[in-house]
Amino acid sequence: MIKSARLNSVGVFVCHCGINIASTVDIEEVKRQLAGYPGVEFVKDYQYMCSEPGQLLFKEACRSETVGGVVVASCSPRLHETTFRRAAAEAGMNPYRVEIANIREQCSWVHHDEKEKATIKAVDIIKSVIERSKRNESLSSVSIKTVKKVLVVGAGISGMQAALNIANSGIETYLLDREPSIGGRMAQLSETFPTLDCSQCILTPRMVEVGQNKRITLMTYSEVEEVSGYVGNFKVKVRRKAAYVDWDKCTGCGLCSEKCPKKVPSEFDRSLGRRKAIYSQFPQAVPNKTVIDRESCLYFKTGKCRLCVEACPLGAIDFEQEDRIEEIEVGAIVVATGYDLYEKEKIEEYRIGYCEDVIDGLAFERLLSSSGPTQGRVLRPSDGTVPKEVVFIQCVGSRDPDHHLPYCSRICCMYTAKHAMLYKHRVPDGQPYVFYMDIRSGGKNYEEFVQRTIEEERVLYIRGRVARLYRDGKKVVVVGADTISGKKIEIRADMVVLAMAMRPSGGIGELSKKLKIQVDQNGFLSEAHPKLRPVETLTRGVFLAGCAQAPKDITDTVSQAGAAASMVLELLSNEELTHSPTTAWVDEELCAGCGQCVAQCAYGAIELDTRRKKAHVNDILCQGCGACVAACPSAAVNQRNFSISQYYSMIESIV
Amino acid sequence: MEQKEGSMDKENRAFEPKIIAFLCNWCTYAGADLAGVSRIQYPSNIRIIRLMCSGALDPTYVIKSLLEGADGVLIGGCHPGDCHYISGNFKARRRVAVLKTSLKEAGLEPERVWLRWISASEGAYFAKTVEEMVLHLKRLGPNPLNSMWAI
Repeated sequence: MIKSARLNSVGVFVCHCGINIASTVDIEEVKRQLAGYPGVEFVKDYQYMCSEPGQLLFKEACRSETVGGVVVASCSPRLHETTFRRAAAEAGMNPYRVEIANIREQCSWVHHDEKEKATIKAVDIIKSVIERSKRNESLSSVSIKTVKKVLVVGAGISGMQAALNIANSGIETYLLDREPSIGGRMAQLSETFPTLDCSQCILTPRMVEVGQNKRITLMTYSEVEEVSGYVGNFKVKVRRKAAYVDWDKCTGCGLCSEKCPKKVPSEFDRSLGRRKAIYSQFPQAVPNKTVIDRESCLYFKTGKCRLCVEACPLGAIDFEQEDRIEEIEVGAIVVATGYDLYEKEKIEEYRIGYCEDVIDGLAFERLLSSSGPTQGRVLRPSDGTVPKEVVFIQCVGSRDPDHHLPYCSRICCMYTAKHAMLYKHRVPDGQPYVFYMDIRSGGKNYEEFVQRTIEEERVLYIRGRVARLYRDGKKVVVVGADTISGKKIEIRADMVVLAMAMRPSGGIGELSKKLKIQVDQNGFLSEAHPKLRPVETLTRGVFLAGCAQAPKDITDTVSQAGAAASMVLELLSNEELTHSPTTAWVDEELCAGCGQCVAQCAYGAIELDTRRKKAHVNDILCQGCGACVAACPSAAVNQRNFSISQYYSMIESIV
Repeated sequence: MEQKEGSMDKENRAFEPKIIAFLCNWCTYAGADLAGVSRIQYPSNIRIIRLMCSGALDPTYVIKSLLEGADGVLIGGCHPGDCHYISGNFKARRRVAVLKTSLKEAGLEPERVWLRWISASEGAYFAKTVEEMVLHLKRLGPNPLNSMWAI
């Protein structure tokens, strides 16, 4: 045990770093100057402090118990602070009592020609760090026990992939989606570029795998209501929406839907087909359960009908059901909420031409899908005839910073090529046209796919934007320009397919607030670093996957989901998480409860007890930036080992 | 008159200003390290104090530095949008703006206080900033508080 009288005495090591420091800074002079400095117990020098013998010397001093702290004057703390702190811990000294004085990068290396001045500066630097060191506290890392469970929000292909990776590694996973079934957007697609795999054929086995995985708990038809806690210990309230069907009893036989008299446009089929008021989202739904759409149901509207009740052999229909709030505890959260399409109503210049035969890309996917409303035949939604001239327009809403969205939606070039190709396969005597700005086909086998579409399938690619659409009888007239020939182009089309821009899915703003994560200027979720931390958020323990972060294709989505899963596993592979103890704290004697610090904290780590009028810092959420310290008008907030008095004494020692 | 100016010039050339720098750990401190690693030479008039974030800069640190006799104070943070702690550099910007107004009110030259965004990759810019600041302070002369205390 170190005697308290010794706590503010320090030992100083001055490193020569070979000649890196010693050839500019006069080490003997530094030692002379520091010898009598208040609180300095000893000053020693050595050739290389970071070498094995140097470390032994350092550890010996830590063990000797004659000093409360050690200052190593050497290279930047960014290089060897951890090395020396670890060595101190091994020698039985609190690692937070070790400080580094940077006399290499910020002194000897930058003042080669001013040896005398460099020596004076080195002494100043070391003195200031001695002052800081004398006022250091012994700290120990805060440990948090982690809950080894994970919540994945969004059960599209990215959420499913992340959940499978995590669950297969032995960790309990909740997979939540607001729709009744998992599968997401990919379940709506027909065939996928560039291989033309049938989307359902590759997706549904995955869905079954997810559904049967013992470590995955499905929470479909549910939404995130509230999130509290922090990394390792999130508490999430989940709203389980009332399906008005007892899912424990429902087997998904579909007798209820057959009997239901009320038909409404199907969201899944992008309104090209119809569903009943009691319905299963799509035939391969997992879980295969039905829900009642309260807005359309005749019973809820008129109090009469109840045909589904009669039809259900299991008595599963329950009109009395109410939303339930379920609370779960998880250690990490993956957000994979996917995308929506930009609304085509927002494109003013096309609106006059809008009719049933002007559809978006996802609707065209449903037309192409063999389980879609037309069983895969390409038919005009208005009259069911086969369209002979189809115009595909790319970049609708994308890459238009003046009027719509500034970014490229990344997948439209590829899926439009696919659409045109599949249309040609279905209607060999039909003529597809594609209006494009540029073709962006970066990806394995992507360029070849587009070239095939143009050269082998004889799809007519026209470089230019479409100025407007208008209707002429049963036709939609597409007026555009061919910027290569400089000619105005008019096509009397039977059908127009708009490659609408991709947007983050609805409700992402509210969800990001609940999770305390950021969104970018376009509403997509922000990653912690665009290059080196692409699946992390700035909130520790919350990760991103799929189109919620930025537009991307299935390949990239699956890769990113795997990356997010591995980050989760890395986090939860520890029984306990350690958190730096250099956090802020509030001196309640001085705190007036003004709340300035609360407003300054970017992490929501400070709470104000309004009754007692005292602020309180949550050690786990605090990231140790010190913004609150600077903000407090009564100096009641301080940061451990970065205290105001430490800074004052440092200033005094060097001016 | 000419002679007097000439002697002032001489005096100022001899005068070596002392600069205290408060640099954020993630950007400017690392930028200063890079200047070292790149062996870019700059005047030794500067003494660096590491902050975790420029947002942790309590304005009293600057005031204290000036009262203790420093001739200039440099505050370095990450470029807008790059803050490691989301928005600390914006907080620093506001505090320094307010501080400069108060310094003026108190009769101190606000131009003794510089706030610069210097990233971890801008070692050369850091060195250049120090050089410029030293020149500027030489032109400005010593911190008047130094002579005021010496009664």
